[in-house]
Amino acid sequence: MAIQSTVSFEELIEECNDAIATIDFADAQAWKNEGHTQALIGCFPVYTPVELFHAAGALPVGLTGAGNKIEISHADSRFQSFICSIIKSTLELAMIGNLDAFDGFVFHSICDPARNLASVFARTMNTKQVEYIHFPQRIPSYEAVVYLEAEYRRILAWACTLTGRSVTDEDLRRSIALYDAVRSAIGLLYDVRRNEPHKLSTLELYALVRYGHVAPPEKHLRILEHALEYVRARGGTPKDRARVVVVGSFCEQPPMDLIASIEQAGCYVVDDDFLLGRRFFTGGIADTGNPLYDLADAYVHGSVDSSVKHDLGHSKALSLVQRARDHRADAVVVLTAKFCEPALFDYVLYRKALQEAHMPHVFLEFEEKMWLFDKIKTELETFVESLLFS
Amino acid sequence: MHDATYQGRLHYLQKQLMADYYAELTASAEGNGAPAAYLLIGGNPVELLRAFDMLPVYPEVNALQLAVKKNSLGHIQSAEDMGYSTDNCAYVKADIGMYFAGRKTPFATIPEPSLLLCNYVGCNVYLHWFDHLAEYTKKPAFHLDVPFIRTASGRPTREDIDYVMRQLHQLIATCEEITGKRLDEDKLRRAIELSSETGKLWSEIKHLTKHRPAPYDAYFDSVTMMAPLYCLRGTEGGLEFFREARDEYARRAAAGQGPLPREDVRYVIEGPPPWPYLRVFRDMFARWNAVAVASTYSTVGGLWEFGFAHDPDHPLESIAEHLLSWNLTNRNFLQRYDQIERYLDEWNAEALVIHSVKSCRLFSAGQGDMREYFTKRNIPTLLVESDLEDPRYFSEAQMRTRIDAFFESLAHRKLTASASASGDKA
Ligand code: SF4
Ligand code: SF4
Repeated sequence: MAIQSTVSFEELIEECNDAIATIDFADAQAWKNEGHTQALIGCFPVYTPVELFHAAGALPVGLTGAGNKIEISHADSRFQSFICSIIKSTLELAMIGNLDAFDGFVFHSICDPARNLASVFARTMNTKQVEYIHFPQRIPSYEAVVYLEAEYRRILAWACTLTGRSVTDEDLRRSIALYDAVRSAIGLLYDVRRNEPHKLSTLELYALVRYGHVAPPEKHLRILEHALEYVRARGGTPKDRARVVVVGSFCEQPPMDLIASIEQAGCYVVDDDFLLGRRFFTGGIADTGNPLYDLADAYVHGSVDSSVKHDLGHSKALSLVQRARDHRADAVVVLTAKFCEPALFDYVLYRKALQEAHMPHVFLEFEEKMWLFDKIKTELETFVESLLFS
Repeated sequence: MHDATYQGRLHYLQKQLMADYYAELTASAEGNGAPAAYLLIGGNPVELLRAFDMLPVYPEVNALQLAVKKNSLGHIQSAEDMGYSTDNCAYVKADIGMYFAGRKTPFATIPEPSLLLCNYVGCNVYLHWFDHLAEYTKKPAFHLDVPFIRTASGRPTREDIDYVMRQLHQLIATCEEITGKRLDEDKLRRAIELSSETGKLWSEIKHLTKHRPAPYDAYFDSVTMMAPLYCLRGTEGGLEFFREARDEYARRAAAGQGPLPREDVRYVIEGPPPWPYLRVFRDMFARWNAVAVASTYSTVGGLWEFGFAHDPDHPLESIAEHLLSWNLTNRNFLQRYDQIERYLDEWNAEALVIHSVKSCRLFSAGQGDMREYFTKRNIPTLLVESDLEDPRYFSEAQMRTRIDAFFESLAHRKLTASASASGDKA
């Protein structure tokens, strides 16, 4: 699936959409069968230090549930009705054999269901190759960096057992530089959308970013760079729309039709936290000579706010208000996955801070498996009308 | 239906001790007591706070007391009016509702914290809860980050231990700053000694239910003992209570006395109780002469029965060990399966009951898998759902029907098994 520079922007987006629409991970499998990678490692959201796996010769593949493309018929007997969809759909994919080509899986300390899923997953898949990263919550602090560096060393050793390779600092540095370039290209695309939102729709941007979940970073980078050239050259004038920041969808992903309907309702999304792990850092990763330390330090001292990270140094809610102002947003759309406790807890503090700052907001819940959007669309339209005519 | 008088003196003692503890809370709230430190139940460093004469306050215990006293719903609803979701843990909602209602409860006035010590031991909600309290109270917060058990060995890594130790030293510095006192090493040692003795007694008590009949119910009576275990651990009064409890239950075990007139079924129970309906729930088991001989919930704050005891010669190290390894909350879900298996085997139980509570996903997420695992091992397993705090999720009739059907089929199964056994003999 080589993307030529002669393809149009629309074709490029279509390629990305095709790749992310499947739930059989055929591209990743093909990549492995062709010998480009020694192992496939499935990475549950939110953030995974993918550089470690890449350096070890594995392809990190983002697990993002199954959207509305699957009927849950096994996993709902394992996880109750009050557990979010992505937990069940990811397990369902495993139970029906769609993840058989994977060599390992990694989960993280983001919430209690995801943590228990790591255990259930290991049992269901009958594999010991399920790893769990405990991200530090004593943030910011030096000892958290020291701890996380050791954690990364442990995870790297595991990845090396899967690929049968050993990794040098130079390998790690190369992988960090590559993913840094990916993050920086994504950052530039976000800048375009923020400054000239008529040039790049959120749906297009989303497809471009999500493509990185299933494609090797080298290929992803090429696509992002092409896309950047295209959108910068695009013309058009901005329409009279409300500028909104969308938060709350950092883990389970809303259906793409729902993302589209935010813009259809009359909004420009000028910032969001979809697929947050793909652009988790506020800047590039430093190079102090110890790449594992650098990566750990970036997590502890240089990563973005998230509902699964608890930073005692500042208030996430006030930062959200500031972010909305910096993006010249008219409002905030809090779009959370149903039953997602981290997002639901954060919403309470967001709501208070947004109200105190007189920043309008709307709160909406979704499930990845949703088919019907009429109600949510109407709510959005009413909200946008109230913004445009107030 | 159950014989609640069988442990009259213990109940009285427990009530008295808890009343004294709550009086201390009220005194602190009124400005006449020790500075309060909020912390969580799951493996915690309360001994360190005791060494600074700080008063431990457990929002989880306060929340459950509100539920037991049928006082939680109003607070939960006020929190929901603030924006909390019906899907958020109701302990948090009850606590925050109560905080904004002036911190007055039927059992005490809860003091403002001088320190919010979030011992992040497993439960991710802990972090949110204490972040919110920090936002509302504007009081100093300390996240004690305890890496989760995640390696094949089931033990923490060397780096995990170092990380926790470094944080304990920082916590000491924070307590010194708040109280204006230096750490008194002798006091810490004494608190650790008391915890160590208390833990050993608690472990002895836990093992007594291996007797047939079990001298007490390891769920419904254990939860009553958990209040002094957590609120008074590291004190002389707490230790005295557990001496009495051990003596009383050892005497009953020797005399062949159980909590019910008969012990027909010995079961293990997983998950927290429905606090707002504790009595009703208990009676649903008692009418089948079913006695819990072990419960996972009673190990959220410590797994003493599997061999842990604080070590007065290594106070901080043993606190770190307790936080990291020796409590249910910081262990992974499959370790809980092992724990239940040990109970089934060593405590001679014949069935498993899983009480799945919506609020606490630490406990409940994935319990369907647990049911499948034990059912496949031919252990009769019942999964029932309600909540630990929110009375709206308890459907009495439905619960009763499920429990009755389960014990009925268990009785039938036993009958057929013994009939076929005697048929074999014949
Ligand atoms: S959507 Fe929320 S609750 Fe579900 S796995 Fe992700 S972080 Fe956890
Ligand atoms: S989720 Fe469970 S362990 Fe966590 S605070 Fe709520 S009741 Fe306690």
